[in-house]
Amino acid sequence: MSSILFFIAAIGVITGAVGVVVLRNPFYCVLALVIHLLSLAVLFLLLRAEFVAAVQVVVYAGAVMVLYVFVVAYVGGEGDSIGERLHGTVGAKGPVGSGLRLGGALVGAGLLVELLIALLGTGLEAIGGYGAGYSPGPRTFGTPAYIGQLLLTRFLLVFEIASFLLLIAAVGGVVLARRRGGLGEEDERDVLTPLDLLRPLGTGTTAEGVGAAPALAQGQREGAHETSESRVRAGTGGAA
Amino acid sequence: MSIAWYLAVSAIVFSLGAVGVITRRNPLVLLLCLELMLNGANLALIAFSRMWGNGDGQILALVVMTVAACEVCIGLGMIVALYRSRLPIDVDELRELQG
Repeated sequence: MSSILFFIAAIGVITGAVGVVVLRNPFYCVLALVIHLLSLAVLFLLLRAEFVAAVQVVVYAGAVMVLYVFVVAYVGGEGDSIGERLHGTVGAKGPVGSGLRLGGALVGAGLLVELLIALLGTGLEAIGGYGAGYSPGPRTFGTPAYIGQLLLTRFLLVFEIASFLLLIAAVGGVVLARRRGGLGEEDERDVLTPLDLLRPLGTGTTAEGVGAAPALAQGQREGAHETSESRVRAGTGGAA
Repeated sequence: MSIAWYLAVSAIVFSLGAVGVITRRNPLVLLLCLELMLNGANLALIAFSRMWGNGDGQILALVVMTVAACEVCIGLGMIVALYRSRLPIDVDELRELQG
């Protein structure tokens, strides 16, 4: 049962990874990475890392991927061709692109062979087995309580450094993505100050340039006066 | 399944991420491929944690996830800043670091 689940999850992991590398639209790349992450969480569960699998699903496939989707929607979908469209060089980079792709595939294949030799050809007997016995006991291995206990006792310094790194990254993200340049003055112009109430109505509008602003202001003031007078009259009439 | 199978899967995922980092030109997809490489390393860490039977590798995997989240935060902020300043979203065009 566990080996069937392993093969299904491993196929999902590798398919998602191939999709991220191959697909052209960045939005589909993000969706392929979500499939990859969910399958990877299944592999983590098979390795008895429950808490890490839960964190993987909640933090990665939940929060980080939503951030990616937002930025893809903001920046725009057609990823690879934006630069070519801007500079009018559509199709001009064909041979260079294919050579780069071939070189990348060769480097990747070399890296894979080297990693497989380094990981599997070491002659370690332990990697052929199913793992050593659980040192904290089979019921507590990988549970949130066990991870929390490790984080707050043996790995307290690591925990604090990671939290400080998150703080720095949050501040850096706000600094990088803030609005900058020229927009502040426009915002100030819209603010109403007490001095604006003293100016005549229509100052700075087109009506003032044509010469109709004083008349407009006069008419509005008289209209306001009349309505208030009529209101007063109506009020007294009602009282009488 | 024995630990060696998990290590093989992690090596494949890491190599695929490396190929993506080399060949893709969109910085968004570049960040996604970087995530692939980090996930391959995470899978190896968790497999080794199971091999030893203690939780040290899982703690290290959690720290790697934290670093990946920070990298996403900064990287996406940089991409948004690039987009705002009308620069091309293409790592081949971005040869200069001066804003």
